[in-house]
Amino acid sequence: MEQSLSVTMTVNGAQVTRSVPARQHLVDFLREELGLTGSHLGCEHGVCGACTIRVDGEIVRGCLMLAVQANGCRVDTIEGLSDSKELEKLQAAFHRRNALQCGFCTPGMLMAAQDLIRNGKKATREEIRAYISGNYCRCTGYQAIVDAIEEVIHG
Amino acid sequence: MKAPSFAYAKPRSLAEAFELLERPGAKILAGGQSLIPSLNLRLSSPELLVDITAIEGLKGISLKNGTLRVGALCTHTQVERSAEVSEHLPLVAEAVSHIAHPAIRNRGTLGGSLALADPAAELPACAVALDAVLVVAAKKGERRVSAADFFKGLFETDLKSGEILVGAEFPKAGKSVFLELARRQGDYAIVGLAAVSRSNEKRIAFFGLGSKPVLLKPKSLEEAKKSLPVPAADLYHSASTKLHLAKVLLERAWNSL
Repeated sequence: MEQSLSVTMTVNGAQVTRSVPARQHLVDFLREELGLTGSHLGCEHGVCGACTIRVDGEIVRGCLMLAVQANGCRVDTIEGLSDSKELEKLQAAFHRRNALQCGFCTPGMLMAAQDLIRNGKKATREEIRAYISGNYCRCTGYQAIVDAIEEVIHG
Repeated sequence: MKAPSFAYAKPRSLAEAFELLERPGAKILAGGQSLIPSLNLRLSSPELLVDITAIEGLKGISLKNGTLRVGALCTHTQVERSAEVSEHLPLVAEAVSHIAHPAIRNRGTLGGSLALADPAAELPACAVALDAVLVVAAKKGERRVSAADFFKGLFETDLKSGEILVGAEFPKAGKSVFLELARRQGDYAIVGLAAVSRSNEKRIAFFGLGSKPVLLKPKSLEEAKKSLPVPAADLYHSASTKLHLAKVLLERAWNSL
């Protein structure tokens, strides 16, 4: 018998309580239990960054955290940050600069880039590249993504 | 892939954790940044995960008599942002910035990195170079192990079943240098070193070179070059490439120590 555990967390501002299997990771929980399919699953072992979400205000790999470990935490996903307009400028810059093609990496890329933007430092292109080095994009070659992030940081 | 089935418990105290660790197939979960990938890849199949992250005694950074004690549960980000670490342990502050990516550094812990003993990891080499003392707790009490004795081999440490690494004590260094070569930012090191200079001794610990940190205490650069072991090749680099790169880093470090 698989062990089920009760978890309560605040997802995009709303409190949810569910029973989860111990082995379920946080992104499967968000996608399958809550229908929040904006966080993507690529490699499922922490390499690709497509599942990047915020837990208690810090970005994490959603596939490397069990849903039960988020008990009592505040979780913010691409849906929440998009609805709150926090990502408005970045999304517009991605659109304008053609910083996505298939779009699979985009939610994770936006979460990582916004984390850099909100720390307020005037990052150089090299620093932007280093910051998003944990987010893989197989379409764009990164140039346009760095352009978009640079545009938001430097105005 | 998805992790195999396991049970989960989150003790509030060390005493409770020791009880849980006596159960068959129990394994410690801290930040999970190495354990959860190995579960998802089904390389590991514990019966019970004991999540130690609620144990308060394993957190925090404190300075006492010139020694900085870092709790096992401190994340790499906490270490990276710590003013005390930047001031007293610049070697470690520099090293953590090379560990993976921000999203992983926000969860991964100092204790987890030391207890896993990945041969390409930064922190075990720093601990060995600084001559750190690792504090290990078990039901019957606490013991202290020098970093040089703690790392036994490939993913192998002195930790016995039922024991928990609770923290590490790092003595300050005079001068220090941290260098790492990786194919991309955040990748596992091809080779790297943590070097420390104290009074008239130089301690240089290499990672990515052997099955555990390789410590040299050379009197001269020539002696250091000669005493480097022949490394094992990895997927992308031959033994001679790695040895060459180790010598390049060694020379750079020597000149700034």
